[in-house]
Amino acid sequence: MIPQQFEYSAPKSLDEALSLMADGGKLLSGGMSLIPMMKLRLAAPDRLVDLGRIKELSYVREQGGALHIGAMTTHHDVETAPSVRAKCPLLAETAGFIGDVQVRNMGTMGGSVAHNDPSADYPAALQALEAKILLKSATSERVVTADDFFVDTFTTALEPGEMVREVIVPVEDSSTGTNYQKVLQPASGFAIVGIAVRLRKAGGKIAMARIGVTGLSNRAYRATAAEKALEGTSGSDAEIQAASALVIQGIDANSDLHASADYRKHLATVYAFRAIKAALGRTA
Amino acid sequence: MTQPITLTVNGIAHTHSVEPRLLLIHFLREVLGLTGSHVGCETSLCGACTVELNGKAVKSCSMFAVQCDGAKVLTIEGLAEDGKLHRVQEAFWNEHGAQCGFCTPGMIMASKQILDRNPNPTETEIRHGIEGNLCRCTGYQHIVKAVQAAAAARA
Amino acid sequence: MATTITKTETVIGKRIRRKEDPRLITGTATYVEDIQMPGMHYAVVVRSPHAAAKIKSIDTSAAAAIPGVALILTGKDIQKVAALPCGASLPGLRVPDHKVLAQDRVYYVGHAVAVVVATDRYVAKDAAEAVEVEYDVQQAVADPEKALAPGAPAVHPQWPDNTAFTFHQEGGDIEKAFTEADIIVKERIVSQRLVPSPMETRGVVALWHAAEKSLTLYTSTQVPHMVRSLIAQMLGLDENRVRVVAPEVGGAFGCKLNLYAEEALMSFVAMKLGKPIKWIETRRENFLTTIHGRGHVDYYELSAKKDGTITGIKVKIIQDLGAYHQLLTPAIPTLSVLMLPGLYRAKTMCADIVGVFTNCVPTDAYRGAGRPEATHGIERMVDILAAELKMDPAEIRLKNFIRNDEFPFPTATGLIYDTGDYAAPLRKALEIVDYPKLRQQQTEARAQGKFMGIGISTYGEICAFGPSPATPAGGWESATVKIEPSGTVTVMTGVSPHGQGEETTFSQITADELGVPMDDILVQHGDTSIVQYGIGTFGSRATAVGGPALYFAIQELKTKIKKFGAMLLESEEVSYTGGKCVCNKTGNSVSLKEIAGAAYRAMKLPPNTEPGLVATYFWEPPNFTFPFGAHVMVTEIDPETGAIAIKRYVAIDDCGNILNPLIVDGQVHGGVAQGLGQALWEQAVYDDNGQLVTGEFMDYTMPRAHMMPWIESGHTITPTPVNPLGVKGVGEAGTIGASPAAVNSVVDALSTLGVRHIDMPMTPEKIWKLINARKA
Repeated sequence: MIPQQFEYSAPKSLDEALSLMADGGKLLSGGMSLIPMMKLRLAAPDRLVDLGRIKELSYVREQGGALHIGAMTTHHDVETAPSVRAKCPLLAETAGFIGDVQVRNMGTMGGSVAHNDPSADYPAALQALEAKILLKSATSERVVTADDFFVDTFTTALEPGEMVREVIVPVEDSSTGTNYQKVLQPASGFAIVGIAVRLRKAGGKIAMARIGVTGLSNRAYRATAAEKALEGTSGSDAEIQAASALVIQGIDANSDLHASADYRKHLATVYAFRAIKAALGRTA
Repeated sequence: MTQPITLTVNGIAHTHSVEPRLLLIHFLREVLGLTGSHVGCETSLCGACTVELNGKAVKSCSMFAVQCDGAKVLTIEGLAEDGKLHRVQEAFWNEHGAQCGFCTPGMIMASKQILDRNPNPTETEIRHGIEGNLCRCTGYQHIVKAVQAAAAARA
Repeated sequence: MATTITKTETVIGKRIRRKEDPRLITGTATYVEDIQMPGMHYAVVVRSPHAAAKIKSIDTSAAAAIPGVALILTGKDIQKVAALPCGASLPGLRVPDHKVLAQDRVYYVGHAVAVVVATDRYVAKDAAEAVEVEYDVQQAVADPEKALAPGAPAVHPQWPDNTAFTFHQEGGDIEKAFTEADIIVKERIVSQRLVPSPMETRGVVALWHAAEKSLTLYTSTQVPHMVRSLIAQMLGLDENRVRVVAPEVGGAFGCKLNLYAEEALMSFVAMKLGKPIKWIETRRENFLTTIHGRGHVDYYELSAKKDGTITGIKVKIIQDLGAYHQLLTPAIPTLSVLMLPGLYRAKTMCADIVGVFTNCVPTDAYRGAGRPEATHGIERMVDILAAELKMDPAEIRLKNFIRNDEFPFPTATGLIYDTGDYAAPLRKALEIVDYPKLRQQQTEARAQGKFMGIGISTYGEICAFGPSPATPAGGWESATVKIEPSGTVTVMTGVSPHGQGEETTFSQITADELGVPMDDILVQHGDTSIVQYGIGTFGSRATAVGGPALYFAIQELKTKIKKFGAMLLESEEVSYTGGKCVCNKTGNSVSLKEIAGAAYRAMKLPPNTEPGLVATYFWEPPNFTFPFGAHVMVTEIDPETGAIAIKRYVAIDDCGNILNPLIVDGQVHGGVAQGLGQALWEQAVYDDNGQLVTGEFMDYTMPRAHMMPWIESGHTITPTPVNPLGVKGVGEAGTIGASPAAVNSVVDALSTLGVRHIDMPMTPEKIWKLINARKA
């Protein structure tokens, strides 16, 4: 219940935070994962750099056909921001599945993404959205794709001294239909499996399909084989079924008390079908 | 190593020097003596410690007091105004929403958040609105009824 | 004389909001952790990370060097503290020496090894982390059936068979029943380990008054007086100099019907340091060290005639005891045996229990304590029998129920069921769900390839614990009623409510009996220096045993009130009604307030009457009570995922007379949640090394609001003749009825696939595998 001692600073600007981090500080955003870990003494950083006071990190901005979401934007803000709901509904829908009300009030986009829990919700949506993640250090700035960013369990493309600055997702038009389906680990509320689907129809055919999967393996991934199988079809149940079976292709599935590897894989195919159907129903 | 912080809790400003690792719940309970919010777990899953931070329901066991420097906190003790119970408190009383009472302050704060954001929630919305709060006594039914009653009381 | 009527409306039976609630809803109640005292020190317990190990060494030097650390104790320092008691006595019971800190070995993960005390709780935690313990890890065994296998690691080296006791009970001619049976059905039924998980963990504040040689112990308990007696024994203190206070207690469900190491240890620390000591259990510690419930592997056999008449019941119970006996650990499965006949007429039974040591935290009483296990088993077996005989599960129950004219009914296990109308709640529940129509819907659903299930359970209970000869520590209960000089009423009850609402229901009893307003009554409990000796709250006993004690105390008081009334009215014939004494001849009256004033002023006294208006009554119940009921649960299963959706839940309980329907409904709802928790989600899982895999709320699935169905709760009322209030107890009913209703429902849904039993918890994966295996 009681964390180890640490030094604390709460910079008011991004530059200040980056320089403190460069000196070995661990970033604290919403703290919804980090603080419980510190209380169980599974994490014991010497120095915490609290991003909570940096106003410039909390925003949703539309710019160049994309939504830019600042790292300190809370899940609740993502879930409820009119711009996200209208222009990137998949992300808003996914945010609503994270944790519980209190967690969504504190937890942030940047914190969740940087933590990269393999059963977190956002990564599935960010994969399906082909999101870009802006990383910033005291000396550099770079953009990586979601697929490159989510490397492995609790491991990302972040280099020492780098932080997640913002997440960039496409502005969708009404021809795009999306859906997020989640099987909850009933105790913790994390995803046993989460499937994010994003489809566009043109001329009666599925012109574009993007499927992000979380919870199933060591990292959230794009089910590209399933996407390809779906594209060009009319989206009949049989076609969706065939594509859904491919979301687990080549995947070494997690196994734990709450779901064996076989069951997880099975759930992934079932929920892929449901998510694809739902997304298809939402295409204009 | 302590740091000075100032928090406005239930309308009163408090300045104290605290260790950075001091959890908000311990600040409220042990420094300010506001023992209404409780600690029921250490994994942020029970919600017994729920308070309002700048108008948002948060789990005060998963925050450091230093993070709240300058913030406004509302706890269960500050909910009644001029001796008049908040309508959610009144509804919990009328509908038997509390048994052992340990989860109750957090449950009431979470319920208030539901109604602040959605004046007429459905049963499903209420159940999801309190999914971050565990109660071992009531089976939740009387809590759901209490939130429904509180919603009706404003109407 | 005044003739104002102080109160005419009766309050028993009304939905009255609780008197407890104002402090709970405003956050002003005082739980153990809320207690602060000058000079308070904080204790943290260092615990074993291993399930079985020898302690090679303990190095406390680094911890002791941390500024603020006041005391560190290890096993060698607590020799003056007697071992924790086991309150259950069974022939040949092996009782391990249960010290408050581990000696040379540890026996389960979480076993207390040392205690660290500091001026600050954060420092105490840091210091506890700095205690270095070197272990020689031994092989552990965590599964009771594996522990019984030849060559299994011995939990206690002196008892290599891991058997703490065996127990046998039979009634009727069991051999004949099984030889002459038309049909015998058998099943292995597991009632898994559960973690009681009250929202408030355990906690202790101990305070030593050296000059008076007296101890004050605030502890989150259901049984303050029992804790006082046992603590005094363990520490060699005078019982009258030990004060135990159960302040506001944040739920218990049986797990605080106990005496725990920390209660004695922190008292000992307080005596050594002369400072107030606070210890609050973390949730992690609660998972690891507070008793678990259930932990049965049962082998059932049922014999019957082909018309469905049950003729005999056999069971072998393998009880996972854990590494030690807590207060009642070995007694719990004997309650399962008592409950074995359920609501059925069969008078032939045979039960064997093997109590098994494992390298796990001890099991003990958890809501229902032995009765849910038996009811689950018997209600499953009746369904299995019905399925074999192709009989309707409702019909087979109605056929076998004890009939209304057979009460009082002596059971094969030696109980005498007080009263019952077992068909009534079942018929009512079936009517509410429109059973024939529901079966019709099921037929249609099946035709569409859907899995729809209708589960029935008809449960009985043994409540109102209980006649003293049948309980380990006395089964009576006490009450004192004081009319204060001003006419207000103070009730002191020996029960120790922690959510059940007796401050309200006991006020209702008092209000009606004395004719005074609810607001004039104060109910006190839980402090041994205020309240006369009492037994406590558990086993659905508080209202059913503590209530009658209060009732009888009031009757005694009324006799005295009438004497004063007669004196004041100068009448020989008075009656007491509506809060006043009335002269039967003149109709003149005198109020209770006036009588109280006179009784304490004592200017004049009635003949042979002492001043004052106080009565104390210790009530010994002549029997248990035997509530019953019927639950029906309708489910639909997602054939693709195995997920179970609860479509309907109907609970009809007969707990006798109802004092406050609001509170009774709350008890049923909460009970059902815990029963469904066991059926669907909860399980304490130890791995082969004795590590608790479900050791936090991250992995132990507690029922949450969005998982629970709307419970349609109703009642039939068959008052018990056992007590004058006609109340039977309702604390455990929901839990006992729910788990078999749930499993029967899901098995019914999958019966088309040939499924006849599913062990709990019925996780979606388990259901999916069943569907898959049968489809293949």
